[in-house]
Amino acid sequence: MKTKIYQTPSHPDANLKQYILGYTVSVLFTLSAFFLVKNTVFTRNVLEYVVASLAISQFIIQIVFFLHLFNERNPRFRLLVFLLMLAIVLILVVGSLWIMANLNHNMTLPSQIRYMNNQGGGF
Amino acid sequence: MTATSQQFEIEHVSLADLRKEESPSIFENVSFGFFVYLMTDLVLFASLFAVYAVLHKNIANGPSGYNIFNLNTVLAETLLLLTSSFTCGLTLLSLRTKKKITVLTNLAVTFLLGLGFLLIEINEFHHLVSIGDSWRVSGFLSSFFTLVGTHGLHITIGLIWMIYLAFRLYKTGFSRANLRRFTIFTLFWHFLDVIWIFIFTVVYLMGMLKL
Repeated sequence: MKTKIYQTPSHPDANLKQYILGYTVSVLFTLSAFFLVKNTVFTRNVLEYVVASLAISQFIIQIVFFLHLFNERNPRFRLLVFLLMLAIVLILVVGSLWIMANLNHNMTLPSQIRYMNNQGGGF
Repeated sequence: MTATSQQFEIEHVSLADLRKEESPSIFENVSFGFFVYLMTDLVLFASLFAVYAVLHKNIANGPSGYNIFNLNTVLAETLLLLTSSFTCGLTLLSLRTKKKITVLTNLAVTFLLGLGFLLIEINEFHHLVSIGDSWRVSGFLSSFFTLVGTHGLHITIGLIWMIYLAFRLYKTGFSRANLRRFTIFTLFWHFLDVIWIFIFTVVYLMGMLKL
């Protein structure tokens, strides 16, 4: 019996075209992110959002073209686990930042706030 | 032939089969299990990212990211790891050619690119420690070394894993077990590149934006 080597369960449609497309787009996103920050093309606040959205786009590109998460046949257990973990990650990161920001705010003396404002930063 | 001996025979045959050629269900189960492991690893990295996000302003009169990061080396690292992830996908695809030399060449390219990434990172860490900016200086540097170092540790494990894969392929050829090993390794290597997207964005690029 011959093994069908290319029709693997985890990579049902793995093909060269997808890899080349994913790689090219990822390189373009990476280079533009570095270029924008290096030359400070926009103001710093705008740049933060631009760079973050470039990262999220590249994340989605790699999930689709490299990890083939959406090519899965039914039942889509991988996608389910991935979405659950994404929810946990968001709760973990956003929750930590929220709690710590509140804590800093509530535990800081007014004199320290004035000091911090003069220094232009947090603790 | 009695029922029991028949049962025994079936079991015996299936066990021998498992040694030579795995059933597709083993492939499916192992790669799904490995995917679930990667997702738990994602939670580990997320908690380290949360620690970094909370602590990155605590520079304690030490340097901030703006003072110690060099975007050129980070760009070189990023392109090396991205290309390595790409050639890792090509390695998986090249398994269908059933030529050992092609697969091993692709794997070697992936290995060297990954090694280049790791060497640049070790060099960066060594430089930081030698000028006195080690993890003991501030909360920022502790969380920086922990986050980036954990990723580097994963890369190191991946490099050792690649040597093992090359050895297995050389010894046992294109078996289903080896196809499974290559498939889960590819998942692992792509996953590390995905994590690196967020490290270079959140740590390095955003670090350069905050003076």
